[in-house]
Amino acid sequence: MILREIDRKFQHKGVSTTVMDGTGMGKRFGKKAAASVNGIAGYDRENKSNRQQNDIGSESYLQTVIRRFRRHHLAAFSLIVLAVIVGAAILAPVIAPYDPNDIAGPFAEGPSKEFWLGTDQIGRDVLSRLLYATRVSLLVGVMATLISTVIGVLLGLVAGYFGGLADMVIMRFTDMVMSFPYILLVLVAAAVFKPGMWNIILILGFVDWPGIARLVRGNVLNLRETNFVKGNIVAGMPLRHILFSEILPNTVAPILVYGTSVLALSILDEAALSFLGQGVQPPTSSLGNMLNGAQSLTVLTTQPWLWIPPGLLIVVVVMAINFIGDALRDALDPNSGR
Amino acid sequence: MGKYILKRILIAIPVLIGITVIDYTIMCLAGSPLEMLQGPRVSEAAVEAKRIALGLDQPVLVQYFVWLGELLQGNMGYSMKSFQPVSDMIGSHIGPTLLLMGVSLLVSLLLAVPAGIYSAIRQYSKGDYAVVTASFLGSSVPGFFLSLLLIYIFTVKLGWLPSGGMTTLGTEGGAADVASHMVMPVMVLAFSMAGSNIRYIRSAMLEILQQDYLRTARAKGIGRFRVINKHALRNALVPIITVIGMEIPMLFGGAVIIEQVFSWPGLGLMTMSAISNRDFPVIMGVCLLSAVVVLLANLVTDIMYALVDPTIQLD
Repeated sequence: MILREIDRKFQHKGVSTTVMDGTGMGKRFGKKAAASVNGIAGYDRENKSNRQQNDIGSESYLQTVIRRFRRHHLAAFSLIVLAVIVGAAILAPVIAPYDPNDIAGPFAEGPSKEFWLGTDQIGRDVLSRLLYATRVSLLVGVMATLISTVIGVLLGLVAGYFGGLADMVIMRFTDMVMSFPYILLVLVAAAVFKPGMWNIILILGFVDWPGIARLVRGNVLNLRETNFVKGNIVAGMPLRHILFSEILPNTVAPILVYGTSVLALSILDEAALSFLGQGVQPPTSSLGNMLNGAQSLTVLTTQPWLWIPPGLLIVVVVMAINFIGDALRDALDPNSGR
Repeated sequence: MGKYILKRILIAIPVLIGITVIDYTIMCLAGSPLEMLQGPRVSEAAVEAKRIALGLDQPVLVQYFVWLGELLQGNMGYSMKSFQPVSDMIGSHIGPTLLLMGVSLLVSLLLAVPAGIYSAIRQYSKGDYAVVTASFLGSSVPGFFLSLLLIYIFTVKLGWLPSGGMTTLGTEGGAADVASHMVMPVMVLAFSMAGSNIRYIRSAMLEILQQDYLRTARAKGIGRFRVINKHALRNALVPIITVIGMEIPMLFGGAVIIEQVFSWPGLGLMTMSAISNRDFPVIMGVCLLSAVVVLLANLVTDIMYALVDPTIQLD
């Protein structure tokens, strides 16, 4: 009798906690957050006493990353260059001397005081077009990278965490997409879905995720075996919390590094597509389609101011992104120890 | 070993089927290729007759299986533009592409392997920085821009090399002529591939150099040269095989753009004209062929790993 009473009590309690789960989440997280804050405070106190002996110990993770990043002089320089280019692109409407699509001067004239980079075949100012083109190319690169990163992260998380059938299906699908030569797939898609800026963004975004999916899956497979994730599973934390608040933050660094290379590749691919006439369509200028004219022999041989600046700008932007990515890889690596 | 190869092949089959499905889905999204073929001035009845003749009146799924069945018999369909069999078209264009790809692969390896190893051995030296910076440049320069620059320098300014095609028009050609037409496309393809591969080989080599067996070899006092050439290089075969495996899809993609710029009469040029004509059987044929080649390349890479590195677990 007594036993049954106890049983019922526990049952009741069990029911109430499951009911509470939905509403009492905030409280539980609140407590957990408070506990972790205490933990950090404790860690700080400990560090304070250590500070006299070891100055590096007091460095936050962010400070370590910044310090390591700054050691890569080329990357630090690239960051400044990129910032200037991005700034110029954002401010294009303010600083561009002419309207990029307006006929402003004589046809195909070389650089002069009035037109710093000359004019194109129909008399538009090349410098203004270049500024707007940078804007378009950077926008395409960033948006495509965001889309492919979101897709890749979601698929990678699901494949890595759940394993089994989901993993198999997702990874085989990844293999399929990866088997197509990337640029060929993009070209075909661009031919199918009328070329244009937003279509190019979508196409690049939907084609470029397999690398990130594989990377995230690999990391999740490792993280799933760690004690803090196992602890969360045992504690019955909701799946959403485990995936997005526990696992994802621990795999942000490699995603960020990989993301920079995807950004560089997206910009290169947009340029290649637009160069072939399958990307951003005129009159909108992009760094790639400004080079399109150079397929004609007159432009190539006698009007180098039309195609060399946009080409060099692509090289500078992509190289800066690559250098930054390389330095980030080193700076974010928890094992680099320096 | 045989079991491992069999397992890899069995995994490849569903991927292969999936590739054909993806390919076909994209093509169906394109809408009716008939309208492109007929133009707007042809009567409805003529379009309808053409539609039935081409088998485009059946449901998509049936069309897919009809196509797949034909494919298994070696029929890749007929071009909607020139009415030639796609397999013949591919057959007549693949030679120049294979030549270009093969030579580029070789040149890029000849560039990347020594440079990567040199860079790893002299880590943090001035030479290392120069090699790594050059490799960043290689992977950051768009192939088409480099092509334009080379044409500008070597054809327009210096007049040393021909700007496009495979042989000089009106002549018989010959090996020397073809070689001179190949110099620039090969340079572009090899430079951009070597760019990313140098860093890969460098970091793989750095890892190898830190291994215990190399420390032992050095401790035995057999000399730096023999340590690197006998002990380290043999182990560097694994990353080199990886690099070759990675280069094959890059070659297919790069070839499309480079062939277009240099009018190299290969698969890439054919594909680009098929894309602008919306010649779907040809596009599908090329996509399928390249996906199969990439799949096979991955398979061969995996098998080569097993042959080269006995410590790799096969299961």
